[in-house]
Amino acid sequence: MSLTAKDVAQILELLEQSSFDSLDLEMDGMRVQLRRRGAGAAGDAPAASLSAAPRASAASAAPPSAAPASAAPAAATFAPVEAPPGSKAVTAPLLGVFYRAPKPGEPPFVEVGARVAPDTVIGIIEVMKLMNTVRAGMSGQVVAIPARNGELVEFGETLLFVRED
Amino acid sequence: MAIHRVLIANRGEIAARVIRTCQRLGIGTVQAVSAADRGSLPARMADRALCIGPAQSAESYLRIDTLVQAALSAGCDAIHPGYGFLSERAPFARRCEEAGVTFIGPTAAQIEAVGDKLRARAAAEAANVPVVPGGAVHSLDEARALAERIDAPLLIKAVGGGGGRGMKRVDHLNDLPIALDMAASEAGAAFGDARVYLERYVARGRHVEVQVLGDGRGQVLHLGERDCSVQRRYQKLIEESPAPGLSDDTRAALCEAAVRFSQRLDYRGAGTVEFLLDVDTNDFYFLEMNARIQVEHPVTEQVTGLDLVALQLAIASGEALPLRQRDVQRKGWAIECRINAEDPDNDFMPSPGRITAAQWPTGEGIRIDTHIEAGAFVPPYYDSLLGKVIAHGADRADALSRLRAALAATRIDGVRTNVAYLARVLADAEFCAGGVDTGFLARYGSKA
Repeated sequence: MSLTAKDVAQILELLEQSSFDSLDLEMDGMRVQLRRRGAGAAGDAPAASLSAAPRASAASAAPPSAAPASAAPAAATFAPVEAPPGSKAVTAPLLGVFYRAPKPGEPPFVEVGARVAPDTVIGIIEVMKLMNTVRAGMSGQVVAIPARNGELVEFGETLLFVRED
Repeated sequence: MAIHRVLIANRGEIAARVIRTCQRLGIGTVQAVSAADRGSLPARMADRALCIGPAQSAESYLRIDTLVQAALSAGCDAIHPGYGFLSERAPFARRCEEAGVTFIGPTAAQIEAVGDKLRARAAAEAANVPVVPGGAVHSLDEARALAERIDAPLLIKAVGGGGGRGMKRVDHLNDLPIALDMAASEAGAAFGDARVYLERYVARGRHVEVQVLGDGRGQVLHLGERDCSVQRRYQKLIEESPAPGLSDDTRAALCEAAVRFSQRLDYRGAGTVEFLLDVDTNDFYFLEMNARIQVEHPVTEQVTGLDLVALQLAIASGEALPLRQRDVQRKGWAIECRINAEDPDNDFMPSPGRITAAQWPTGEGIRIDTHIEAGAFVPPYYDSLLGKVIAHGADRADALSRLRAALAATRIDGVRTNVAYLARVLADAEFCAGGVDTGFLARYGSKA
C-alpha cells in the first residue's frame, strides 16, 4: 500500500480541521511530515550554538553569519522552496517588491536556462520607490525562478536557483 | 477610520502584548521579524510574519522604508512601533503619515517636541510645570553665571540625550569649564547635537511618572502615577502603581502637571510624563516625556482595569477618547518585576542562548507579559528582557506577597536570569518600607 496524492490531500484536510499543529506519518518506508505554518519551529530548532553566542558587548559587531538563529528552520515567515538538485538559491537581500524586468512590458533580466555571472542583474527589489538591483552573486545556469514578478519578497526568500559551474 | 490590520514593528514581549489586544479586538496582525526572530512567539501568534532583514537591528527593526513597505505590501493600515527601536523617531512617524499608514503614536511634530529636551523644558515652563532649576547655556560665561545661581553639585545634560544618557555631574564649580567642554563634545559624538544644559543635581530623588492619554485635539486624561525608582544604571527593574507614601496633594499635583504639559502639545496617544521627586523637599520637577507605550504600562493597566494598547488603537483610528477622567477608577496596588537574561554574579552581563525550560507563575492577581517559552532563543542582538511578572493586590503588602510567591515559582533554564536577585531585592527592608530613591539599588548592590 502506498500513499497517493489524493491521500495526502485528505490527510492535509484532516490536519487542517484538527487542533493539532503537526503530523508525522510513517508507513511502508514512506514518511510524511506535516506542519501548520510556523508550528513547532522553536522546539524543532537545533539546540546548538548556545556556547557560540557572543557575549552582548561584542554582539552588535558580530557578522550576520554568526546569528545563531539563522540556522534555525524556517518558521512563521515565508515557506522554504526546495532547491532543484545540484542548485543554489539566490535570496532576496532585503524585503520589498520583486521585479523580474527593468520596466513593465520589457523582457525579464533572466529566464530559466540563462547563464549568469556574479554581477549579472537578475531582478529589482523596490522599497518605497527605491529600486535596488539584485545580482546573481555566482556563475552558472538559472534552473528555476520561484519568485513572482510584482510580489512581495521577504529578506532571505529564494528568488531563483542557479546550478553553479 | 477604523484600523483593520496592524504591522507590529517591534519584537519580544511587547510584540506579543500588542498582538493579543489586536486579536481580542478582531484586528489583523502582521509581525515584522528579523532573521533571528523568525521562530519567535510573536511571529507565530500573528496572522502573518514577514522577514524584514538580518538579525542586526540597524538592518531590520530600524529600517524605516522597509517597515513601511512591508506594511503597504501586506495590506496593513497601521503600524504599532512598540517601545525602543523606531517608536520615538520622528522620521518614522512622518514616513508613515506620508505613505498613508496610521502611526500608532503621537505626530512626528510631537515626537520632535519632546525629543529635544530643551524644547520640552520650555514647554513645561510654559505649561506652568516645575522644571529643575537650570537652563540652556551657549557660552562658558553664561554657564558660569547660571551655575553660580543654581550652585554645585549640578548636572550637565545633553539636549539630545535622555534616559540617563549624556549626563555629567559637576561637584565643584571650578570643574565646570572642563566638564562643559567634555560634555559638549561627547554629546556631539553620541547624539549628533552638541547642545547641553545645566540642572541642579537632586541628591535624593524618586522617579515618579504619570501615564497620560491624549486625543490629539487638546483632550488629555491621566491614568495615575507609577514609581520607577528601583533602577540599575538608569534601567528600571521594579515598577509600581501607585507610588508609595505620596500625599494626596502631591499625587494630584503630579497628575495635573502631566495633563497640563500634554495638553500644551495637543498630545495624541499614550505617553508618559516623567518627574523627579526630591525626597528631602517633596518638590517635584519635570524630567522628560516618553512618547510611546512604556515597558511598565501593565502596572497601570492592573490598577485601572484599562487596556492601554486598545486605547492606543482607538485614538489612532481617530475616535474620541472613550472615557472621561472621572471614569478612571484605580483599585489596589500593582508591582512589576522585569525578568532579564543577565548574570547578576557577573556585573549583569547579558546572557543570550536557548531557553531549555520556562515555567511562568500563575495565580490570583498574577499577570505575565512574555514571549519566552521552552525552546525559545534569546538572540544576543537585542535587549535582554525575557518577560515581566506583574502582581496585583488589594494593597502594597498584598501585591508584594503575591509577587514574592510568583517569583519563587518562576523557573527559566538555559540562560542566566535575575530572578533570584529580584527576589532578594523584594525582601529588602528598605524596599518593603516603600518609597526608595533612585540610589537604592546602587546602595543595595554594595551591601549585598
